[in-house]
Amino acid sequence: MKKIVVIGNGMVGYKFCEKLRAKASNEEFEIIVYGEEPIPAYDRVHLSEYFLEQSEKKLLMAPKAWYAEQNITLKTGLLITDINRVDKYVITHKGHQESYDTLILATGSRPMVPPIKGVDKKGVFVYRTIEDLDQIIAYAKNIKHGTILGGGLLGLEAGKALLDLNLKAAVVEFAPKLMPRQLDDQGSEMLKRKIEALGIEILLSKNTAQLEGKNALAGLTFTDGTHLVTDMLVISCGIIARDELAEKAGLIKGSRGGFAVNDQLQTNDPNIFAIGEAASYQGMIYGLVAPGYDMAEVVANQLIENREKVFSGADMSTKLKLIGVDVGSFGDALGLTEGSIPIAFEDRNTGIYKRINISSDRKKLLGGVLVGDASDYSMLLQICQNNMALPPNPEDLILGARGSGAGANAMTDLPDNAQICSCEDVSKGTLVDAIKKDGVTDLKELRTCTKAGTGCGACSPMVADIFAATLKSMGQTVRKTICFHFDYTRQELYSLIKVKEIKTYNDLLNSHGTGDGCETCKPLVASLLASIWNDQILKQAAIQDTNDRFLANIQKGGSYSVVPRIPGGEITPDKLIAIGSVAKKYDLYTKITGGQRIDLFGAKINDLPKIWRELIDAGFESGHAYGKSLRTVKSCVGSTWCRYGLHDSVSYAIEIESRYKGLRSPHKLKGGVSGCRRECAEARGKDFGLIATEIGYNLYVCGNGGTNPQHAQLLAGDVDEKTAIKYLDRFLMFYIRTAEPLNRTAVWLNKLEGGIDYLKEVVVNDSLEIGEELEKDMQALIATYHCEWKEAINNEKMMQNFQHFANDTKDDPSLKFEPMREMKKPVNWTS
Amino acid sequence: MNEKLRYKTVLIEEVAHWHSACSIDIFPEDGGLCIRYKELQIAVFNFSRRKEWYATQNLCPHKNQMILSRGMIGSEGDTPKVACPFHKNTFSLKNGENLNGNQCALATYPVKVENDIVFVGFAE
Repeated sequence: MKKIVVIGNGMVGYKFCEKLRAKASNEEFEIIVYGEEPIPAYDRVHLSEYFLEQSEKKLLMAPKAWYAEQNITLKTGLLITDINRVDKYVITHKGHQESYDTLILATGSRPMVPPIKGVDKKGVFVYRTIEDLDQIIAYAKNIKHGTILGGGLLGLEAGKALLDLNLKAAVVEFAPKLMPRQLDDQGSEMLKRKIEALGIEILLSKNTAQLEGKNALAGLTFTDGTHLVTDMLVISCGIIARDELAEKAGLIKGSRGGFAVNDQLQTNDPNIFAIGEAASYQGMIYGLVAPGYDMAEVVANQLIENREKVFSGADMSTKLKLIGVDVGSFGDALGLTEGSIPIAFEDRNTGIYKRINISSDRKKLLGGVLVGDASDYSMLLQICQNNMALPPNPEDLILGARGSGAGANAMTDLPDNAQICSCEDVSKGTLVDAIKKDGVTDLKELRTCTKAGTGCGACSPMVADIFAATLKSMGQTVRKTICFHFDYTRQELYSLIKVKEIKTYNDLLNSHGTGDGCETCKPLVASLLASIWNDQILKQAAIQDTNDRFLANIQKGGSYSVVPRIPGGEITPDKLIAIGSVAKKYDLYTKITGGQRIDLFGAKINDLPKIWRELIDAGFESGHAYGKSLRTVKSCVGSTWCRYGLHDSVSYAIEIESRYKGLRSPHKLKGGVSGCRRECAEARGKDFGLIATEIGYNLYVCGNGGTNPQHAQLLAGDVDEKTAIKYLDRFLMFYIRTAEPLNRTAVWLNKLEGGIDYLKEVVVNDSLEIGEELEKDMQALIATYHCEWKEAINNEKMMQNFQHFANDTKDDPSLKFEPMREMKKPVNWTS
Repeated sequence: MNEKLRYKTVLIEEVAHWHSACSIDIFPEDGGLCIRYKELQIAVFNFSRRKEWYATQNLCPHKNQMILSRGMIGSEGDTPKVACPFHKNTFSLKNGENLNGNQCALATYPVKVENDIVFVGFAE
């Protein structure tokens, strides 16, 4: 048995152990790992999450027990100080010796601390280990200002951490731009703008001359004579490889430090390998985790005598979310290749910057930069790495094809050796083989057996696309069935329920399903039953999502919020007073919502019926804020008061909201009506929007705000109010019938073959001849509208469950609030 | 005291006291309720489809919320489970194990029904 000693238990050291154990049996290799830190390897990439939730456990790559299970001896809290290469043993700082057959140096790096006068003051930290973070958190408790030195990737992450610690944060960068290695000037400027908007001050081209303050830090002075007040400085100016062992042991170092290695990652001693940030390959130190994992794979292969795979350098492409801003940089991001031609798109309105560099012969993609929207990253990286041919209009790559259809086959065009998952090094070929040869038919199974997408997860959408494309190429269609319990799509279930007149979940499960249901199919079927029969949802309370089940929105701590309907946002003084009285009486936090309503937070479950009763007595109804259903129809002031208004948008909005109130749909529905083209109701950001024209209204559909904002598109122009409502009836019913679960109208339209043109055909020109039927279905739903609150409070059986304990009338003792700006908020949750 | 530590699985042979919790007719079909026993909050589930009863701690270990009794129940394979309303973490009703992640397991308690009254078993 060969004895492997690994020095360093960081992410790469850990990955090496995992890979070696997966490749060879416990009998072939004994593995002993020395870690300097007191805890086992943790995920340094997600270190900033520690500020939100101080749990080491969450960050661990694997718990201590894993090492034991894998028969790996892990010795933490021990530093290796010497290597004796002649007799092949290492010595710890406590003087113990450990012999080896093969030694793996995974010692990582330490933060570079520039020699600025005053760096030894109290309040100066580095950002590398959990211990560093603990010290930063403790120190931050009594101060106001925090500053990061270094505007690179890690520095910006650390900036976010300071915000999370409630500090006024600043980032100081020596270069004239942020992330100087990954971004060009415009990309950097866009990122700066976005980060500043979050409240982080950015200082560029600043050379720090010295740190001020007596014992504790009080500020920075720059060489240009300016000054910055700060109580804390976190240094993040890059890394230095931990190569202290090299000199004494006679190991050769790279020109910029690190153990020099060949393409098998051997140092000048063939029994000693170096991986990760400690290794210097062709003079280069790789400060990213993916190349480190790649090195771990190469060395694990060397050890099992598989010498085929060698290390040939790594791509420094990277995609990440920095403080909520998507940033991607790949290949030759800055366009340094001779003759490279940049194509750039900048939109300061939405904060998006995209740039690609193409080769001088216009045939290949060399690299690029993405800020604000990195959704094209994986596709662009693949095209770049695999030297794929560019489309005839290369700008389509960042602007999207403005015709139709193009780009859809990106996945089938990829070569088999294209690397899809860089964390686990899984190629497209491996995925396709698993599906074609091993017969994998389930996406989850594909992930488990190939490990693709189990690391950082960035490639998950591509894995899903390859899965779908491969099955399609085999003549199998991918039916988006609901879940394990129902082998049907949502649309199929809709038809089944309607045609067979099924009224309950259990009847449907018994006749067309299997098992006992789950949290996916129950609310979905509940929604379908409501969209088709519009019966009281609380008759089947236990299949409703928790908000529907209690006709209110659950909030942190387990209290609920209540939203009465305020159609079109119009409300009388008496009703305002009534809401105020209720809120005061039940001690509720009140807030105006984005949909022109008032939300009442912090209601105890047993107060809900009483609150509803009082609101109903004051003339209110349920606002259905808890349901996947019509929320609000927002309106501007309209022609009654506004000097620009063309039509009375408020009255029309009230009419529409009252028409569709209570309508259950695959996802929430929002509408808007604007009285003129100034569009104050933001109607094009809604599922349906009407904008007044000189002679009528323009009807727009399928817009939304949210994660992926999308403008609604014109369905019909200059129509009168009655016609617009007819089209709306048809449009909404068509959506309710055909959408996939939890797809909003915008997503539904994006998937609809033929897009908006097809939708116009169906709704306006009635090409399927279902117009009348859709209108009839809608009419039936409108006719059976009921206020769910009113029905619930009048039903004793339903009221039974509106208390926290079944055997005690007391409130939940764990429900706790604290004061905030003359109102209250729930105490924050913990884990 | 950390809330989580209050809850320890009780096996049927360890039951020292059967606590009479409430009548079966206030339970929703295929749904749960929360009952109080001393300082404990216990989620009791009436899995009527399977003609089975289960009890677990009411505390979801993910964000320490007293909520599981309001969760939706169902099955994964043959394992009966409950989904937390907050973030859809799912737990086996049989042994409390987290089925879709790395959360701590729930403590589970034996349940019996006699004369239409639901009893939950405790070790003390």
